[in-house]
Amino acid sequence: MGVTRGWRSALAGTAAASAALAVIVAALGPALTVIPIEVLRLVVGALLLVFGLQWLRKAILRASGWRALRDEGSVFEREAAAARTAATDERAGLDWYGFTVSFKGVLLEGLEVAFIVLTFGSTQGSIPLAVVGAAAAVVVVVIAGVVVRGPLSRVPENTLAFAVGVMLTTFGTFWGAEGAGVDWPGGDASLPVVLAFVVVVSLSYVTALRRRRVAVA
Amino acid sequence: MRRFGHFWWDFVVGDDWRVAAGIAIALGVTAALATTSAPAWIVLPVAVALVLWMSLARSAVRR
Repeated sequence: MGVTRGWRSALAGTAAASAALAVIVAALGPALTVIPIEVLRLVVGALLLVFGLQWLRKAILRASGWRALRDEGSVFEREAAAARTAATDERAGLDWYGFTVSFKGVLLEGLEVAFIVLTFGSTQGSIPLAVVGAAAAVVVVVIAGVVVRGPLSRVPENTLAFAVGVMLTTFGTFWGAEGAGVDWPGGDASLPVVLAFVVVVSLSYVTALRRRRVAVA
Repeated sequence: MRRFGHFWWDFVVGDDWRVAAGIAIALGVTAALATTSAPAWIVLPVAVALVLWMSLARSAVRR
C-alpha cells in the first residue's frame, strides 16, 4: 500500500491496527489464564490441528503438482496494479483505500500471530515468556531479512508453508491429545516423535500423489 | 452479520469442513478412550494421517 497508494495512509492504517491488536491482546491475555489448562489445551490443540492441516493440505497439493505453485512476483504485480487503479476516496485527510487495506491486513495477520503467542504462552503457563519469544523472533526476522535477503528469497514459499503446516499439526496433535486426557508415553519427549511421524506421513503423501499425477497425465 | 460469520467459518474451518469434523470426532474418541486402560494416545496421530489423506484424495479427484 505504501508503494502504490502513499506511505501516510498505509502507516496510519498500520498504527490503527496495531492499537486495536494491543487492546484485543490486553483483554484476551488475562482471560485465557483463568481457563483450566486441560480445556485450554483441548481447544488450542483442536484449532492448531485444523489450521495446521489446512496449511499442510495446500502445501502437499502444490508439492505434488495437483495445485499450481504460488508465484509471489506475479501476485505482487497483480495486487499492485489493482491498488494503483482503485478509486481515490479521501476521508479525514487520508486515502481511505490505502488506510483500510493496510488496517485489515495488519489486523488479520496480527490476530493469527497473537492467537498463536497467547495460546502457546497460556498452555505452557507463561504468557510473558511467549511474548518475549515472539518479540525476539521479530528482531531475528528483521535482521535476517536485511542481512541474508538474497538467499532467503530463494527459499521456495511452499517449503515454508509445508514447515508451518508440520509444526502446527505436531503441536496440535500433542496438546489436543493431552487436553483430551492422554498421557503421552515418555511425556514431552514424545513431541519429536510426533513431529517425525507428521513429516514422514506428509512426505509419503507427496510421493503418492506425485505418482498418481503422473499416472493420470 | 452474515459476512462476519462467514469470515470466522473461513478462518477456523477453511475450505474442507470434513477435516474439522474428523478432528472433532477423533478428539471425542480420544477423550472416551483416555478414561479406560487402552492406549488413547494413538488415536489422534492415526486420525491426522487418515483425515489428511481423505481430504487430499478428494481434492485430487476433483481436479
